[in-house]
Amino acid sequence: MRRYLAGRLLQAVFVLWAAFTLSFAVLYLLPGDPVSIMAGGAGDTNDVSPEQLAELRRTYGLDKPVLEQYGTQLRHALRGDFGISVQSGDKVGHMIGTALPATLQLTSGALVLALVLGAGTALLATYTRWRWLRQLLLSLPALGVSAPTFLVGLVLVQIVSFRWGLVPAFGNEGFGSLVLPVITLSLPTGAVLAQVFAKSLRTTLAEPYVETALAKGASRARVHFRHATRNAAIPPLTVVGVLVGNLLAGSVVVETVFSRTGVGRITATAVSAQDIPVVQGLVVFGALVFVLANLAVDLLYPLIDPRITTSAAVAR
Amino acid sequence: MSDPRRRALPSLAAVTVLSLALGACSSSGADSAGGSAPHSGGHLTFALASDPICVDPQQAGNNDAIYPARQIVDSLTDQDPKTGKIVPWLATSWKVSEDASVFTFTLRKGATFSDGTPVNARAVKSNFDGIVKLGAKSVLGSSYLAGYKSTTVIDDHTAKVTFDSPNAQFLQATSTFTLGLLAESTVKLPAEKRCTDNLIGSGPFTLDGYTPNKSVEERRRPGYSWGSSLWKRKGPAYLDRLTFKVIPESGVRTGSLQSGQVDAIGGVAPQDEAGLKSTGFPLKSRANPGLPFGLTTNAARPITKDLKVRQAIQKAIDRQEVVDTVLSDSYRPATSSLASTTSGYKDLSDRLGHDPAGAGKLLDEAGWRTGPDGIRTKGGKKLALKIIWASNFGPNQTALELIQQQLKKTGIQVTLQSSTIGDYVALRQKGDYDFAWGNTTRVDPDILRTGYSSKLLNLGHLSDHALDSVLDKEASASDPAERAAHVAEAQQIVLDKGYQIPVFELTTVLGLSKKVHDLDFEASSRLQFHETWLS
Repeated sequence: MRRYLAGRLLQAVFVLWAAFTLSFAVLYLLPGDPVSIMAGGAGDTNDVSPEQLAELRRTYGLDKPVLEQYGTQLRHALRGDFGISVQSGDKVGHMIGTALPATLQLTSGALVLALVLGAGTALLATYTRWRWLRQLLLSLPALGVSAPTFLVGLVLVQIVSFRWGLVPAFGNEGFGSLVLPVITLSLPTGAVLAQVFAKSLRTTLAEPYVETALAKGASRARVHFRHATRNAAIPPLTVVGVLVGNLLAGSVVVETVFSRTGVGRITATAVSAQDIPVVQGLVVFGALVFVLANLAVDLLYPLIDPRITTSAAVAR
Repeated sequence: MSDPRRRALPSLAAVTVLSLALGACSSSGADSAGGSAPHSGGHLTFALASDPICVDPQQAGNNDAIYPARQIVDSLTDQDPKTGKIVPWLATSWKVSEDASVFTFTLRKGATFSDGTPVNARAVKSNFDGIVKLGAKSVLGSSYLAGYKSTTVIDDHTAKVTFDSPNAQFLQATSTFTLGLLAESTVKLPAEKRCTDNLIGSGPFTLDGYTPNKSVEERRRPGYSWGSSLWKRKGPAYLDRLTFKVIPESGVRTGSLQSGQVDAIGGVAPQDEAGLKSTGFPLKSRANPGLPFGLTTNAARPITKDLKVRQAIQKAIDRQEVVDTVLSDSYRPATSSLASTTSGYKDLSDRLGHDPAGAGKLLDEAGWRTGPDGIRTKGGKKLALKIIWASNFGPNQTALELIQQQLKKTGIQVTLQSSTIGDYVALRQKGDYDFAWGNTTRVDPDILRTGYSSKLLNLGHLSDHALDSVLDKEASASDPAERAAHVAEAQQIVLDKGYQIPVFELTTVLGLSKKVHDLDFEASSRLQFHETWLS
């Protein structure tokens, strides 16, 4: 177990370093020039003198050679310091830290709802004896995956907030403002889970032991919800690790549509402004979340299926 | 003024239509029984289209930062949006030297910053010194204070500002938010420490807090009594509180206004205007002063260095069609090289009529003959031009595609190269283009000199000594009438020589609830909330 954890830790460090380096390279290679964007921030196509641009470049250390910039930034990043936002002058760590609680609320709410919706749909679809209901339930995931989050969000706002006035259309104060964003964000995630889980359930239910259990007199419900469910849980659990990353990405759209503060909004603004320090911080943050989510999933496997041990997982 | 961020998520026409239909069911302006006379109190919520990022008036650049920033500072002077005249605010009077290089301001007594410190000549000095030190962090400020030498504190209420060379535009600049005065405790902070907090001004509202990507909260300053001489109300503002909410999606902004969740919205897109109007939400609009949206010539290129080609393009564009097709009733075609709200603007619409026949004739004279594919050629080369543009305003692309078609009818082939604002700045400096599409918001006509004098940046590679000398005279004229005459001449030269092909005036459009009264534009088409009240 210890060796396993150490291995995973090394892996995690590598992923974080690779994320940092790749994002640095990509941002450096982008044709845009961050200081020009700052200077052009007036919204007008103002004329800016080359001297002004040079001065800004000096201020942000962007006039140094690439490798030197990379080295300095990596050193600072190791200390958890991602520098300051080119746009606002705020510390990147502080920006993400301040925005994080709102996004955590949103994404964890959406994950829980997605699990409930996904598992519910899959279990019911495989359990029901009504063909029409099964067909209906099994067609929902495809719908959920293909409906654009942006559109779903806007339609929900129009109806629930503007028409019925049940919840505020924007902001993140109170439970009411969380309802629509959580629903919007959970739909595509829940749909993927339902699809994977339903498929896995059907495969499991076709296995011989199910028949044996039924023959030995176990009720259909017991076999379905105890034996089969547990055995079928591994594929959807693996998917959850990936979906956590998707939720984070989805927060960019959802937080914009619902005017919420959060990591997604920071991402949207930072990317369009090519605010390099912030984007770098966000990429590493995203990688960290991804690594942690997958680690948590790996550690959960043995609890669900005792046949899987962590030592075997290393070899995986 | 839209910015690229806002359009990261395109507005879906279907949803907008839905929002309008639903909005019609809810009537938010119905509770106007509160009386029709202005009265104190109330909390107004205004929806901004993007995050202000920095609400320091001296650093602010985009509209969404300027709206909240403007309220917390006072300026030395104010400018009458109707006449363009500079009138007293914190300064009761001023003297301008003959060559417009020395400005002496006499300050009113009794004005204080919200931390209790007095607004005096020393404060003027530390603010101007501070803006110069901000440098590129204050893009607008450093251009207003170009050639700044010093401010001398003559006595507590008299400050003398001296420049290296004539700088006539400075007087108007003192009326802007950028040169608004902040308390010493703010001025001495580094630029990044005064973006979200620590901003202490003497304005009618004080900053209560700014949460990035969320909102800016402001409160009325009790005891405020040193407003601009233009304002009808002399005392404190009517509104108790002012909240600027960041709502990036335009459909959500519109719906929030229609469902009564906010009282006013900025950044109304042309396609949303009709719907708002028909559901009983008044629109308010004013053209932004400065350089209208249009094409700026790069005269260093083989085709565009020919005067006749430029003049032909001036005639080949149908400005009214652009406004009718791409924009809305709130917009106007350009009628000069300055927007109609700029001080010193002169109506030159007779020079900007649509005349395709005239354009064709000019091109014939210049030796460009129509080829088999309809595109003109000369010496085997096609009349092909490259226009660069940035996505700083939503309808830019559609407008340019229409212009592309209009020019094609005259035998001119146009390629459009789009870029982000940042790339655009870099592209302009590289110079690999024939025309650059863009606009600049500035109240003072000196923007013509910034844009077209060969002695300054000269991104258009002009070498017109007649124009340079007129612009120099404009910059050093301390007599308003004399200055206006030079400005008029400069506008005419810029058009006649085709240095600029103006197309339409950028317009700021707001949507208001009927509860909102007296929300007014200041001279630069930004907002002043001092006299605003809610019924």
